[in-house]
Amino acid sequence: MNQPWIDTSPKVSDEIRKTTCYMCACRCGINVHMKEGRVAYIEGNRDHPVNKGVLCAKGSAGIMQVNAPARLRAPLRRVGPRGSGEFKEISWDEALGLAREWLTPIRKSDPSKLAFFTGRDQSQSFTSFWAQAFGTPNYAAHGGFCSVNMAAAGIYTMGGAFWEFGQPDWDRAKLFMLFGVAEDHDSNPIKMGIGKLKARGARIIGVNPIRSGYNAVADEWLGITPGTDGLLILSLVHCLMEAGKIDLDYLARYTDAPLLVDDETGLFLRDDGGKTLVVDRATGHLRPFDEKGVRPDLNASHPGHRTVMQLMAERYLKPEYAPEAVADRCGIAAPRIRAVAAEIARVAFDEAITLDQAWTDFRGERHEKMTGRPVAFHAMRGISAHSNGFQTCRALHVLQILLGAVEVPGGFRFKPPYPKPATAHPRPHCNTTPEMPLDGPHLGFVHGPEDLALKADGSPARIDKAFTWENPMSAHGLMHMVISNAHAGDPYRIDTLFMYMANMSWNSSMNTGGVMKMLTDTDENGDYVIPRIIYSDAYSSEMVAYADLILPDTTYLERHDCISLLDRPICEADAAADAIRWPVVEPDRDVRGFQTALIQLANLMELPGFVHEGGSPKWQDYADYIVNHERKPGVGPLAGFRGDGEQVGRGTPNPDQLKRYIDNGGFFVSHIPEGADFYKPWNMAYQDWAVGMGLYNAPQPYLFNLYVEPMRKFQRAAEGHGDRQPPDHLRDQIRKVMDPLPIWYAPFEDDHVDPEEYPIHALTQRPMAMYHSWGSQNAWLRQIHGQNPMYLPREIWEAHGFADGDWARVSSIHGAISVPVALHAGLNGSTIWTWNAIGKRKGAWALDKDAPEATKGFLLNHLIHELQPPRGDGMRWSNSDPITGQAAWFDLRVKIEKMPAQHETDPDMGVMASPVGRGPRNLRWKVGK
Amino acid sequence: MHPAPSVILFTVLSGAGFGYLALLGLGAASTGWPAFWQFALAFAMAVGGLVSSVFHLGNPQRGLLAFTQWRTSWLSREGWASVATLLVMGLFAIAAIFFAAILPILGVIGAALSVATVFVTSMIYAQMKTVPRWNSPLTPTYFIACALTAGAILSAIWSLALILLVALGLLQVSCWMSGDGRFAQRGHDMNSATGLHGQIRMFESPHSGTNYLLQEFGFQVARRHAAKLRVICICLISVLPAIMLLFGAHPIAFGLAFALHLLGVFVSRWLFFAEARHVVQLYYGREAVAA
Amino acid sequence: MTALPERTERKLGLVIDLDTCVGCHACVISCKGWNTENYGAPLSDMDAYGADPVGTFLNRVHSYEIEPEGGGCAQTVHFPKSCLHCEDAPCVTVCPTGASYKRAEDGIVLVNEDACIGCGLCAWACPYGAREMDRAEGVMKKCTLCVDRIYNENLEEVDRVPACVRTCPAGARHFGDLGDPDSTVSQLVAERGGFDLMPEQGTKPVNKYLPPRPKDRLTGAAATAPALPTKRRDATGFLAWLDRTLEKI
Repeated sequence: MNQPWIDTSPKVSDEIRKTTCYMCACRCGINVHMKEGRVAYIEGNRDHPVNKGVLCAKGSAGIMQVNAPARLRAPLRRVGPRGSGEFKEISWDEALGLAREWLTPIRKSDPSKLAFFTGRDQSQSFTSFWAQAFGTPNYAAHGGFCSVNMAAAGIYTMGGAFWEFGQPDWDRAKLFMLFGVAEDHDSNPIKMGIGKLKARGARIIGVNPIRSGYNAVADEWLGITPGTDGLLILSLVHCLMEAGKIDLDYLARYTDAPLLVDDETGLFLRDDGGKTLVVDRATGHLRPFDEKGVRPDLNASHPGHRTVMQLMAERYLKPEYAPEAVADRCGIAAPRIRAVAAEIARVAFDEAITLDQAWTDFRGERHEKMTGRPVAFHAMRGISAHSNGFQTCRALHVLQILLGAVEVPGGFRFKPPYPKPATAHPRPHCNTTPEMPLDGPHLGFVHGPEDLALKADGSPARIDKAFTWENPMSAHGLMHMVISNAHAGDPYRIDTLFMYMANMSWNSSMNTGGVMKMLTDTDENGDYVIPRIIYSDAYSSEMVAYADLILPDTTYLERHDCISLLDRPICEADAAADAIRWPVVEPDRDVRGFQTALIQLANLMELPGFVHEGGSPKWQDYADYIVNHERKPGVGPLAGFRGDGEQVGRGTPNPDQLKRYIDNGGFFVSHIPEGADFYKPWNMAYQDWAVGMGLYNAPQPYLFNLYVEPMRKFQRAAEGHGDRQPPDHLRDQIRKVMDPLPIWYAPFEDDHVDPEEYPIHALTQRPMAMYHSWGSQNAWLRQIHGQNPMYLPREIWEAHGFADGDWARVSSIHGAISVPVALHAGLNGSTIWTWNAIGKRKGAWALDKDAPEATKGFLLNHLIHELQPPRGDGMRWSNSDPITGQAAWFDLRVKIEKMPAQHETDPDMGVMASPVGRGPRNLRWKVGK
Repeated sequence: MHPAPSVILFTVLSGAGFGYLALLGLGAASTGWPAFWQFALAFAMAVGGLVSSVFHLGNPQRGLLAFTQWRTSWLSREGWASVATLLVMGLFAIAAIFFAAILPILGVIGAALSVATVFVTSMIYAQMKTVPRWNSPLTPTYFIACALTAGAILSAIWSLALILLVALGLLQVSCWMSGDGRFAQRGHDMNSATGLHGQIRMFESPHSGTNYLLQEFGFQVARRHAAKLRVICICLISVLPAIMLLFGAHPIAFGLAFALHLLGVFVSRWLFFAEARHVVQLYYGREAVAA
Repeated sequence: MTALPERTERKLGLVIDLDTCVGCHACVISCKGWNTENYGAPLSDMDAYGADPVGTFLNRVHSYEIEPEGGGCAQTVHFPKSCLHCEDAPCVTVCPTGASYKRAEDGIVLVNEDACIGCGLCAWACPYGAREMDRAEGVMKKCTLCVDRIYNENLEEVDRVPACVRTCPAGARHFGDLGDPDSTVSQLVAERGGFDLMPEQGTKPVNKYLPPRPKDRLTGAAATAPALPTKRRDATGFLAWLDRTLEKI
C-alpha cells in the first residue's frame, strides 16, 4: 500500500497564552494557542481548578468571538433618536469628558441621581467600590434577576449556597439530586461531576419540568409542575422525619435544631451576652450553644420555649405535607415521592461513608473519623426564579441539613471563602452626602427591620427599592426594576442611568417592548424621561441603540480582569483559588476595558479612594488597581504571589504579581490542609487556615439555621412590634411569606391570573452552546441555535391538533407572541418551553436583518411583565419574590392557540441601524500557513 | 437524494448518446455526411453529458486522477469505459464518415463498450447500499434499457424501438414497485440507525439551520406529487412515443417519439433521484415512508 | 489506494457513552476549531452572519426522544456522530481518485485533499452522514480522528487524543484501540454492551456506542422500592421516638 505521507506532528502553535474564559460565567482556564500573534485555537487548561482541561462549546468558539464583526470599534455618541442605532464615533477624551460633564453635577447635588448597574459583571468588588466612591446608593449587578434566592437562602441558612459557594462532593456522592435548570451556572464543573458519577455508576435524580440536558442523563426524572419544587421538598422532609431518617447527631451538634425559641416572640433564647442557648442533655442545664463539652438536647423542655426541632416536627409532620396531599399539585405520583424519599434515606444512612481522618470541632471535641452522607443536591435558577423561590431554596438547604449531608464526605461542600454566615457579611448602606462616598457597601444582609434601606420618611432609599418592606432581604438588588422605577419616578427620578454588560432593551428585561418604550419616552418638554444613558458593552447588542454615550469594552482576550476572592471566586471545595485575565492579544480597535475606563473617569472626577490627596491618581488602569489596591492592609484583589512573591492571602502588593499569575497559567491555588477540608464551619483546623488566608480576621464558627430568626423579626414588625413598621398594605404579605421555617405558597401569578384561562406554565432554559445573547454573533454557535421553537408536551400538542411546521399564538395576561412550535414528549404536561435569548432584533449583533434569529427566533420576555397586574390600590407590585426581590421569570402562565404558519415571529420590534455594519459573507478562518 | 441538474443531464444525455453509439456500431450507421450527422449527435450527447458531469465536481482540474482507481471504483471505471468507447467509436466513425467503411468488428467492440459504459455508470448508483431504491440489479437494467431505447429510436429501427419502449415502460413500473418497499425490507429504521430501543423520534436537529447532508440527502418529494410525475413519466418515456411509432416509421414520428421519450427519461431520472432515500435521513428523524 | 487494507495493525476509534452525553456540543466546536486550523483546508462557513449560514462540521450532536416500549416517561438521548472509521468502509472503495483511504497502521479513514475532485460519491456511500463537502474548498472533509494530534510529538503525551475527547466535559467520549481486546475502550464496550450503528449495512464500524442505562425505576412499585416505615405519623410520635433515639446516642 502506498499511502500518502502526512505530517502527524505538525507544529501546534508558536506560543500558548493561558488566561480565563468569559464565554459564560463559569470562568474556566483556557490555553490560547497563538500563531504569528493571532489566536489560532483555544482549548481548556488542564491545570486549572475549574475545568481541568475540558472546555464547552462556547469556550472553544471563543476564537469566533474575538473576530466577531459585532465588536464595537470606538466610543460612540448618539446622533439619531434613541433606539435608532445611529451614532457617530468620538475619541476617548471626548467620551470620558462628556461622562464627567454629566456626572460631576450629580455628585455635587444628589449622588442618588446616578443609577449604576452592572450586568454580567465579574468585577463587582471593583464596580461597587467605584459606586461607593461616587456616593450613589444605586448600585447592583444582575443577581436580582438571576439567582439571588438561591444565594440569599443559602447564606441565611448555612453560610453559602451552590456554584460559587459550594459544590457536591463529586468524588464520593452516590446519589445526586438536581432541581430545576442549572445550565446557567457552573456548567463545565457540573458536566465533569456528572461524568464522575456516571463513571462510578452513581445515580442521578433530576427534578425538572423539562427532560433535556442533565435531566436527559438522569436515572430518574421527576417532571414536576413549575413552582411546586418547594412543596415536593417539604414532602420529602415529611417522609424523612416520619421515618426517622434524619441525622440527629449532626442536627444536635452543628445546627440550630436544639436552640430554644420563645413561644411568644418566636425569637431565640439568649444569655446576657447575646449568645443563643441550648439545654445540655447531660446536665439538663441551659448552656451557650458553643460551650465546651455541651451536648445540645434536640428535645429539650424549657418552660415557654420549644426547640427548633420540635417546631419542625409540629409543622412538617402535618398531613398537608404528605406525598398524597402534594402529588396532584406537583404532578408527581405519591408512591414515586415516597420511593424517592426512601432512596435518599437508604443512600444517606445505609451507604454512609467514613473517612479515617481525625478533626477537632469548635467545642474542642476531637473526632476520630469523618462520617459522610453520600447524597448531594444542586439547584440554581430553576427553583430560584419564582415568587416563592426564596422559601423553596431554603427548603432545599434544610433538606440537606436534616440528612447531615452538608460539609461532610459525599454531600455538599463549601468552597472558600465560604462558609460565611449572614452575620459575617456587611449590612446594606444607603446614606448619601453630596461629594462624599456612600457610608458603606451597598449590598449586604439584613438582620431585621433596622437594616432596611429606607429614608427618614420611610420611603425607599434605592431606585430599585431593594431592602424595603416589599422585599426586605434583596441581597443582590433588583436590576430588573431600575428602568421601570426610573421611568415611573417611583420612588424618585434619576438623571443618569449607567449600565454595563446588560442587554436591558432585549433579553435581560421582562416586558422588552415596554422597556424599549420607557427608554425612549419623553416628557412634556420633549426630553427623555430618563435623561441620560451611558452604556458599556463590547458588542453591538440591542441595548447599544438606547444609549446616549457608548464606552466600548474589549473582548475577553484583550483585557485585564481578576476573578477575586473578594468577589465571586473560583475556589474548589479543597482549595482557595483566584485567577486573572490578561491581554493575550491587543485590541485592534479604539476600545478600552470597562474597568480601566471607570478608573480613568474616577481620576478625572477625582473620586475619593481613587486619587491621592492633591488629586493625583492612585492607579492608571485596571491592571494597576488589581496589583496595588488593598481592601484592608495586606489583602488585595488577588491572593497569590503577594509581598515578596511567596506570600499567600496576606502580604504587601507585589509589582510582579500579574507576571507570576501569567507564569503560573493565569491562576493561583492554595490547598486546604488535610483534615481541614470537611466540617468547615465547625472545624478549627479550617477556621485557622481561613484566618491565615485573610478570609476572616478571627475564627467564626456558627450553627446552621434551620430557623432564620431575622425573618421572624420582620414578621413581628408586621404584627405591630417595634419602631420601624411596614406600610399596612404589606403587613399581610410579610406575615405570610417571612416565615422563619420553610413554607410553600403558590407562585403569585397563580393568584392574579385565571388558571382556567391561562392553564399553561411557560419556561425558558439556556442552551449549553449559547450564553445569553452573546452567542448569536458567533459564526459557529449560531449554526447550532439560530432559531428556537416553542416546545409543547404531547398533551397540549394533541389537544390542539398541532403538526410539524405549525405555529401558535401564545398569550399571557400581559402580551402575546406568534411562534413556531415543536413536540417534546419529555415534558411536564402543563408546561411549554423554549431556548432563552435566541431571538434578536433586526440589525443587532452585526447580523443580516433577515437572520433566522430575527425572523424565526423569539423571546418569551414579551409575555412577562416586571409588575404584577394592577390591584386597584394604586401600588406598583413588582413581579418578584417578596423576600429577596428576585425576578419571578418562571411564574409565567399562558394560553396557546393554533394559528396559520407565519413568515416571521411576532412581535417584530423593527430594524435598528448597525453601528458596526455587517459581517463578512463567508468565513475560512485559518491563521497559520 | 438531491436531484442535481448536472447529474440528471449527464446520465440522461450520455445514456442516450452511448445507446445510440451502440446501435450505430451494430449496423445502424450510415456513411459519409449522413454518418457525420449521426455520429455528431451521438458524440454530442455522450460527450456533452460527460462535460456536464464535470460541473458537479468541486475540483474538476484534478479530474485526471479519476482514472487511477479502476480496480475498485465504478466512477473511475466509468472514466475508462467512456474514453475507450469514445476512442473506438471515434475510429469507427472516422472510417464511416471519411472512408465510407463500416468496420463491423470495431463496431461490435464499440457497441459492447458503449453498453458497458452505461452499465458502469449505472453501477455508480446501483452499488449504493445507502440508497436501497438504487441498490438493485434493476438499476443497471433500467439504465441500459433507457440507453438502448433512445438509440433504437434515433436509429429509426421501428420494431426494436417499439419493443424497447414497451419493455422500458414495464421495467420502469417494476423499478418503482420493487423500489418502493426496499428501504424497509432492508431493515433500516431509526432504531437500527441509533441502536436505541423504543419509539424514537428526532427531538432536535444538530443545527437549527441546514447543512451539506440535508442539502444533498434531505430532498423529499411529496407522495402525491410523485404519483402525478410517475404517470407523466410513464406516458412520456414509453406510452406516447410508442403510440407515435404506431402511426408508422416516418422520420417525423421517430423525431417526435425521441423528443417525448427523452423528456420522459428526464422526468424518470429526476424521480430516480428525488424519490431515492438515503439512510442518513434516519438520523434526521425521517422514517422510511415508502422509500 | 481505494482498496481497503486486508487488515490494520490497530483499530483506533471512539467509544461514545450515550448514558453520559448531556448534549452540550463541546465536541462539535472543539472539533471545528482544531480542524479549521489544522489538517487540510479550513472548515468554511458560508453566509456566516447571514440569513442561511451553512458551515462544514465533522461531528454533530443529534437529540432524540424515545418513548419506551411498554410505556413510561419519554426519554431524551443526545447522540454525537462523526466518522466511525469502518473496517469495511464503503466511502473508500467508491473514490475514483484514491483520495479516500484507510490507513493500514491504525485504520483511520482519511481524505487526501490534494487528490480529491469533490465528486461527493464517498458521502453518498457513507450511511452515517460522516462526510461533508466543504463548499468553499470543493473537497470532502471528514473526521481524521485527529491524526495530527494523536501522534503529535509537539503535544504532551496526555494531549495526544482527538480534540473532541480532550474537551468533553462529561467524559462521554473515549479513544483507544478497539482491535486490542485488553484496551480500556474494548473493555468498556464489553462491560457496557457497546453496539454498532446500522449493522445491517455491513460496514463494521470501529467506533462503538454505549447504551443509555435503564431509567425511571423508582416508581414506588413495592417490588422495587420499599416505602419508609411510618411509625411516627405525627409530632407526638416523632418526639417520643426522638427521645428514645437520643438516649441511645
